[in-house]
Amino acid sequence: MMSKIRDFFNQGGLLLFALGRILAGIPIIIALTVLVFMATQALPGDAAVSYLANTATPERLAAIREQLNLDDPLWVQYFSWASDALRLDFGMTLTGETSVSAILGERIQNTLILMASSGIIAIPLSIVIGTYAAVRRGKIFDNVSSLVTLVLASLPEFVVAIFVVFLLATNIFQIFPAISFVEPGTLAWADPMSLVLPSLTLILAVTPYVSRIMRGSMIEVMESEYIQMARLKGLSERTVILRHALPNAIAPTIQVIALQLAWLAGGVVVVEAVFAYPGIGTVMIDSVKARDLPIVQAITLMIAALYVVLNILADIGTILSTPRLRTKHARKNDTSDVFAAMDGDQ
Amino acid sequence: MEKKMKPKSQFRTLVALTFKQGYARLGGAIVLGILFLAIFGPFFAPYTFDEFVDVPNAPRSDTLMLGADYFGRDVYSRFLSGGRSIIGLSFISTVLGVGLGLLIGLFAASAKKRTDGLIMRANDILLAFPQIVFVLLVVSGFGTSVFLIAVTVGFTHAPRTARIIRAAAAEVMERDFIKAAIAVGEKRQRIIISELLPNVTSPLLVEFGLRMTYSIGLVAAVSFLGLGLQPPAADWGLMINENRGSLTVQPWGVLAPIAAIALFTIGVNFITDSFAKAAIGIDRKGKE
Repeated sequence: MMSKIRDFFNQGGLLLFALGRILAGIPIIIALTVLVFMATQALPGDAAVSYLANTATPERLAAIREQLNLDDPLWVQYFSWASDALRLDFGMTLTGETSVSAILGERIQNTLILMASSGIIAIPLSIVIGTYAAVRRGKIFDNVSSLVTLVLASLPEFVVAIFVVFLLATNIFQIFPAISFVEPGTLAWADPMSLVLPSLTLILAVTPYVSRIMRGSMIEVMESEYIQMARLKGLSERTVILRHALPNAIAPTIQVIALQLAWLAGGVVVVEAVFAYPGIGTVMIDSVKARDLPIVQAITLMIAALYVVLNILADIGTILSTPRLRTKHARKNDTSDVFAAMDGDQ
Repeated sequence: MEKKMKPKSQFRTLVALTFKQGYARLGGAIVLGILFLAIFGPFFAPYTFDEFVDVPNAPRSDTLMLGADYFGRDVYSRFLSGGRSIIGLSFISTVLGVGLGLLIGLFAASAKKRTDGLIMRANDILLAFPQIVFVLLVVSGFGTSVFLIAVTVGFTHAPRTARIIRAAAAEVMERDFIKAAIAVGEKRQRIIISELLPNVTSPLLVEFGLRMTYSIGLVAAVSFLGLGLQPPAADWGLMINENRGSLTVQPWGVLAPIAAIALFTIGVNFITDSFAKAAIGIDRKGKE
């Protein structure tokens, strides 16, 4: 009986670790809601004043304050806001009669489509570039790709966006639209041409980071003893690289990929604004200009929560892809190594 | 007992090794050129940044080197006047952010394990906000103010720098000479200033270079989004935003400022990258 229980926990080590990481994420999400909620308190005057702007009269202010529960103690306001937010109900916008969720609904999908279409191309591309550069270390491909990625990594994403527009949409070639014409009520799939330039911008922004980390990781693996061992066994270079080196080199890159995906959620804001792409980034910029705080809060919270979720997934992914850690976690739940491996934040 | 190299002479070797690399020299030349342009540019401007000189979007001519902008102002004069704000603000936010991050990182690394853990967990929470998103959240709460933007951008750098510095400093804390200093009973403040700080200068400078390029990107992006400097100010980010609509008719209003921003960030990154390579090289030699 006892040994069965022990077996269960041995096999469940990974499961327990995953559960532990997810549980550890909960206080972080709560802390994020507190921080984002506090942004409302920073407003000079309160939400009722900004809501009514120039049309404020004492009676109307009082009415709005009651409607928004502004007379309750702060913690009551926080709990009602946070419990609604957990159900993805972010209340009404300050300027209109619509709810925040109604505005964000299909915009979120559009943003996810953009992030996905960039990530699906950028990540395999960077793994290929990084691996090839490492294999050809010091040769022409390595030197050129090192220079190009260093230059691209330097450029702010809106600079890349405008270069891309100049090159492919307006001045040199006129192949793709410079501005999205996705009609309201339809998803970005409906107009794939509109997706090309925003995705290309994000791909050019993400690929340099991931490929540089991949190259470094691959070089380290290629110098290791077990790769020399594999070569001495007489395996072909192709097998050595693809079967033995690549899987081991990807593990340390997973954290960077997760961080880059989380970065995409922020980078998307500026890039969407350049292309007037109908996602949450464009809404965010418009709402910041209108100082419509409920929308800004909702978007900020979602992006921050995505970061936490991606990090948890990356931790689990790192363990799954590293045999050494996998067995270690079957024995005890020591996570220090994994977090020491986290690096490369943008 | 490990050999302790004098930090000062080591630093000098590091700088020498950095600028032995071609890219570092190229980067240095670019950065100096753009800095010169930003600081002294306004003195060479043929017109003031806000006077009307021609019809909107007038093409290049003998009198207007880069034509007129969407409003009929001289692009060349506005370009020469538009670098100070963005580079100045970026510099301020980098100094603030890296400085604050350095303090937090050194403090955490030299603190008790519990305090260290607490600080770094709080730090991790702040990392969840992408920098631009946090800046936008603050701007929507307080409205646009150039000073506020510089401070906020700096603030978003701090937790990221703190993490790097803490990691570097924690490694130094394990070394013999720190243990000796603690055993002798040296004050923590003294350990931080005279033992820890000199030994984290390489990661600190790499951070500074990296954060400088991000600062420029962020400050310019905020202006570009129309939330930073307000018209009629001459500012590279704002110029790109204003003249974007006439990119096809008169590209110079966009191309000149965007090229300057791109060159500056590339230049800074060339130096930073070469410095990092030199620092890693020295580290490797030390271990062998």
